[in-house]
Amino acid sequence: MITILWIVGVLLAILALAFGFRWAGQMATSNAPGFRDMPLSVAFGYVFGVVLLIWAVRFYFQPLMNEQGVPVASVIFFRWAIQGLIIAMIAAFAFKQFGKFVGTEWSKKLFRSMPLTAAFGILVIIIYAIFAIFAGAIAPYGQAEILGAANVLPGGDVATGGNPDYPLGTDNIGRDILSRLIYGAQNTVGIAFITTLLAFVIGVTLGFLAATLGGWLDQLLSRGVDVLMAIPSLIFALLLMTIASVWAPRIGIPLTYFMVVIIAVIDSTRVYRLARAVALNIVVMDYIEAAKLRGEGLAYLVFREILPNATAPLLAEFGLRFCFVFLTIAALSFLGVGIQPPLSDWGTMVKDLAPFINFAQFAPLAAVTPLLAAGAIALLTVAVNFVVDWMLHKSSGLKE
Amino acid sequence: MGNVLTIVVQRLLLGLLTLLVVSIVIFLAVNALPGDFAEAILGQGATPDAIATIRRDLGLDQPLVVRYFSWLSGILRGDLGISFAQLNFRTNLGGAGDVGVIDQIAPRLSNTLFLALVTAMIAVPIAVALGVLAALFRNSVFDRVANITTLSSISSPEFFMAYVLILFLAVLNPILPSLSNIYDGMPFAERIEKSLLPALTLTLVVTAHMMRMTRAAIINLLASPYIEMARLKGMSPMRVIVKHALPNALAPIINVIALNLAYLITGVVVVEVVFVYPGIGQLFVDSVKIRDIPVVQACCLIFAAAYILLNLTADILSILSNPRLRHPK
Repeated sequence: MITILWIVGVLLAILALAFGFRWAGQMATSNAPGFRDMPLSVAFGYVFGVVLLIWAVRFYFQPLMNEQGVPVASVIFFRWAIQGLIIAMIAAFAFKQFGKFVGTEWSKKLFRSMPLTAAFGILVIIIYAIFAIFAGAIAPYGQAEILGAANVLPGGDVATGGNPDYPLGTDNIGRDILSRLIYGAQNTVGIAFITTLLAFVIGVTLGFLAATLGGWLDQLLSRGVDVLMAIPSLIFALLLMTIASVWAPRIGIPLTYFMVVIIAVIDSTRVYRLARAVALNIVVMDYIEAAKLRGEGLAYLVFREILPNATAPLLAEFGLRFCFVFLTIAALSFLGVGIQPPLSDWGTMVKDLAPFINFAQFAPLAAVTPLLAAGAIALLTVAVNFVVDWMLHKSSGLKE
Repeated sequence: MGNVLTIVVQRLLLGLLTLLVVSIVIFLAVNALPGDFAEAILGQGATPDAIATIRRDLGLDQPLVVRYFSWLSGILRGDLGISFAQLNFRTNLGGAGDVGVIDQIAPRLSNTLFLALVTAMIAVPIAVALGVLAALFRNSVFDRVANITTLSSISSPEFFMAYVLILFLAVLNPILPSLSNIYDGMPFAERIEKSLLPALTLTLVVTAHMMRMTRAAIINLLASPYIEMARLKGMSPMRVIVKHALPNALAPIINVIALNLAYLITGVVVVEVVFVYPGIGQLFVDSVKIRDIPVVQACCLIFAAAYILLNLTADILSILSNPRLRHPK
């Protein structure tokens, strides 16, 4: 209750300051248009921003330890967040500058028109790809390798319960968390990528077929997709995973394969929708008519005429779809029915390490490990979204 | 009005049909299992006699079509069957009355609806207000920051948001409880307090999307002649947007709100697990883990029904808010 009163009080104070700021501005500039026509909301925004900035700077420079020598976790986290943000901005900027001067004429031009967010997205995707491909070479230990010490705290400092051999510590059965994070890139991202590819192969093929052939096939597929899309995807995935978990041990195929197929099929319905809509606009073109009159077969029509003309929207959709699939897999793993234990993956890691968050007050580093895994998921999806956002913006030709 | 009524009735019937087909899909998916419920309940070492008894008890010796219709009529009468956990308990340990799936689900469902309601009450006003502001100050610093923040929060997994909120609001600054142990007869204020953190998590996830769509819907309209006219009259930008753009953007905004509430349904599963909130999502995940198929089936149907209903509402509301459809020439 007191918190709410405080918030209201501060907001009112800022409002009063904003009023004063506008009035002072009008007086000082003898009613220049900029201040004369300024709505109170804009003045409020300026003052609010300045207050926020002052507060952030003050908070950043608070001491890291209190009088008893106990670390103040919220200040530490705040510093990390700000430092991370600044490093990310510098890295993105440097990457953009690098791209402007190195590479082909085409890529240089691309980098010049690129917003910083997109440069950041591309940089992150490249780093993830490197980690995913070379996980075996980068990771210091194996992903399922059980090492000597269990529950080593992160930080690598022996005085605080760490061990320099394991910079991020080990989990409850003694597996190196850093190695598992790196292998997680391979497993989680790799499986999500394969699943998305599969969803696209199914969805695009059926969508193009439905658009080219039309008639009863189109009706059948479209109505079927309508029904499947009426069930929320995560819920349907969970239902099918339940059934798969009964099937899997009987047939002897690992549950992970079932998961890939199930999510691919569920997500292919969304791809089908888009592919069909795009293809419907293409099949009425004259060059398709010409190809038909030349006597080309169905395969030629689909792969040589329609596909090249539908690449741009499909590519953007691939990015978005990958995010959805990636998040679905992470959610399933987090709930304990996704990627199965010997493989390390980020969703499971978050679930397993989550209790450490409660120690944030005493050991800020320990609380970070579950957030690292969750943050790794978030960072990649954010990066892909930034890139897709920019691609869509570019291809739509929006300038405002 | 007659015209609109026909469209609405058509949509309702279509929704009902979809729900029926979805129930068939769910039923068939579950019945595609190797073996059947009887074997699943009794496990591998079951004698053929016992299996036959259970099969007869549950009516599994009937053909598929008969079973589907008896399941469907059971649902209509509010009888969703008995969970495996219950059946297992009865066959192995004995016991009198069974607690049906419906009795397990009903209190959970009302908890979840409560959570969704709290979320909607927080998220919808914030999202619309922020969307209007972002449209008003488009391409300003505020708009860019809002764009990046919302894009990030859309693309982060729900559990990431949840743990970040727990870290800051429950562990570092103990303002809100991180466990939402709701029980019956809890005082209302305490109940709100306990479900605030999950509600805030869901708000973060849902608001971002709603806000972006509100912004896009309003900006779409800003090129219209009547907006130009209002601007030339000398109206303030805020009034132009609130009086002229917002009412016309209402249809897409309502649509987006309803769709996002439908999205809450999936988000709720993960968030309930994180906060140990006793809602239907948690029951669903628990039942998935112990393969309690009657419960999974029932929850799935309820989720699908809610999803279809919300989409239907979005559809109908956007028809009703379109004056061209309400007053046909």
